[in-house]
Amino acid sequence: MAQAWGTLHPPTPQPVSAAACPDIATLCARHGGRADAVIEVLLDLQHAKGCVSDADVAAVALALNLSRAEVHGVRSFYTDLTPEPVAHRRIRLCRAEACQSVGAERLRVALEVRLGTAIDQAGPDAEVALETVYCLGNCALGPGVMVGDRLVGRATVDRVLAALPAGEDGDP
Amino acid sequence: MTTPLTLFIPRDAAARSVGADAVARAVAAEGERRGLDLTIIRTGSRGLFWLEPLVEVVRDGVRYGFGPVTPDAVSGLLAGVAAGRDDHPTALGPVEAIPYLARQRRITFARCGLADPLDLDAYRTLGGLKGLHAAARLSPEAIVDAVTESGLRGRGGAGFPAGIKWKTVLQQPDAPKYVCCNADEGDSGTFADRMLMEGDPFTLLEGMAIAGMATGATQGFVYVRSEYPAAIATLSAALAVWRRHGLLGADILGSGRAFDITLRRGAGAYICGEESAMLESLEGKRGQVRIKPPIPAIAGLFGRPTVVNNVLTLATVPMILAAAGGETPPYQTLGVGRSTGTQAFQLAGNIRHGGLVELPFGVSLRTLIEAFGGGTRSGRPVRAVQVGGPLGAFLPAGALDVPMTYEALAEAGAMLGHGGIVVFDDTVDMAAQAEFSFHFCAEESCGKCTPCRIGAVRGAETVAKIRRGQEVEANLTLVADLCELMTDGSLCAMGGLTPMPVLSAIRHFPEDFRAQPPTAAHPHLEEVTP
Ligand SMILES: Cc1cc2nc3c(=O)[nH]c(=O)nc-3n(C[C@H](O)[C@H](O)[C@H](O)COP(=O)(O)O)c2cc1C
Ligand code: SF4
Ligand code: FES
Repeated sequence: MAQAWGTLHPPTPQPVSAAACPDIATLCARHGGRADAVIEVLLDLQHAKGCVSDADVAAVALALNLSRAEVHGVRSFYTDLTPEPVAHRRIRLCRAEACQSVGAERLRVALEVRLGTAIDQAGPDAEVALETVYCLGNCALGPGVMVGDRLVGRATVDRVLAALPAGEDGDP
Repeated sequence: MTTPLTLFIPRDAAARSVGADAVARAVAAEGERRGLDLTIIRTGSRGLFWLEPLVEVVRDGVRYGFGPVTPDAVSGLLAGVAAGRDDHPTALGPVEAIPYLARQRRITFARCGLADPLDLDAYRTLGGLKGLHAAARLSPEAIVDAVTESGLRGRGGAGFPAGIKWKTVLQQPDAPKYVCCNADEGDSGTFADRMLMEGDPFTLLEGMAIAGMATGATQGFVYVRSEYPAAIATLSAALAVWRRHGLLGADILGSGRAFDITLRRGAGAYICGEESAMLESLEGKRGQVRIKPPIPAIAGLFGRPTVVNNVLTLATVPMILAAAGGETPPYQTLGVGRSTGTQAFQLAGNIRHGGLVELPFGVSLRTLIEAFGGGTRSGRPVRAVQVGGPLGAFLPAGALDVPMTYEALAEAGAMLGHGGIVVFDDTVDMAAQAEFSFHFCAEESCGKCTPCRIGAVRGAETVAKIRRGQEVEANLTLVADLCELMTDGSLCAMGGLTPMPVLSAIRHFPEDFRAQPPTAAHPHLEEVTP
């Protein structure tokens, strides 16, 4: 890492879409091949493929001139990075204090019943995953839920499920 | 041909979470159907979240508000507006006259919600870039002096004077130097950073560029948490606009000084809001806290001198420099004692009028919760208020007269943190909250030191026993001991401050920690602990 500050940081590349994920060498090149951008690269892979596999860890390590242990260590530290694929459709329920105060745990139970799945227990091939998150920055309009990349405020089971099919744009 | 109409509809994630996009689509469709000459401008939010989606219509240069608007209401709303009437059921009158907004003192958030956040011309019209132009004419020392004189303190939580930090960085002979903006905003009950990044991102970039000019730093980073995809998208678009207009690069505004900014995403780790863990993460490593000293101002990112500031700290700097020598009263005349300037208070949780309230330090917590917030959303009495995020104290309803300053809150055994205010009604079980505080620390601990890593797990187990009525007295003593150990022995404030919510809950709400099943005392209780 000694030289890391020496070269210029390339402008922020747009996050990749799931449809068009370049190969790992290209992904790394987008960040100037800088080792400090490893989390960016892993996030791109996670979004595109739903996980960061062991093979990806090895390939990223090679491309960024890091050891496999370093990249593995990064993957295991951050909640967003997972070795196993996450479900395509994700419901992330905020369970932090502000949302607790307006019934986040009641909503959790109701969602668990409705989806037939316990929170944070979805296996790799689950249709829908219900996951815990701590704060989505929507604490004045809780309970907050993120369905895909879309925020649902004053969430109810119906509003969450209504947001589920599309999960990309538009409103509940 | 009808008279042209301009409408403003927020594109802020919170506004969209309650239907702003659907309203915008309905407005466009209805305008077409009625043959109206409409311009729809998507803005940031004003921060009056209970009124979202808030639609604003310009008439005679005044912006009239309507909210909360549903897609179904759009047809009637546009019919009235087109006929020059202001009698729709959602009509709020001139937005600037809504008391919630009129009674605020907006400085950091002066521009938020007024314009398309990516429209650089609108930004200039609203006074943007004045601070950067002023800085470009000043020596680094003079910029640092202006920030020091303003009394601006860090808004991320610790409240350290920004000018002193900048001066330390300026004095370092090492190069390159860095400016790192902490946009990890992980505290429950806070959304001000998000609102600003989505609603007025250029102000943040301007503040960072000024920090670069002041300290000799040439490279900036913004570290944004991944839970904020809309802020990430807006910021990255804002960076592209700035680059296109030569506001980033080799020579900023002919000052001969270079500055560039790279956006980096977090990956779901609360501890990466702690500045040294953030720097580790920016270096591509596990987000583990570093041992201090050295402080980041001397050896920060890649071991180089680094300014680490919160979003709001940096976004206030342009206003301070723009005002210097102008007609507005200087920043340091606002506030109380050593709590200078304004604070973006965030009203959250069980509150009727949740949103952002920027006011000089010194306003009471009661005024914020009652006069602005309108009490609880549930309509039940306020029982507890957590100020300053998950590491902040719980205050009982009887303690709301505390003035909101760093000093008065410290005296009350509390802290301001990032300005989040989370209200709970009388159905809250404070023992469950105490257990959650430990649980959160256990979940989010970076694992570097034992008091935090082990203490938090033990703490959560012990409070769970108390809640089950097991050896309550002995276990309360054990919790007190654990808290002492964590306070004294933790490497950073994650472990060091978790005792604050726990002990304040025990101190102010002892009845919730008694040996009876809490459900008997609190029929409305819901399970809180995961
Ligand atoms: C556990 C923990 C979490 C923190 N989270 C944040 C955060 O999300 N945003 C932030 O600006 N500061 C956060 N801080 C404070 C930073 O360490 C640091 O004081 C701050 O970024 C400095 O900027 P300022 O002086 O402008 O406040 C956190 C501190 C701790 C101990
Ligand atoms: S107190 Fe907790 S979060 Fe802070 S360094 Fe120690 S283990 Fe890490
Ligand atoms: S606490 Fe749930 S969105 Fe902030």
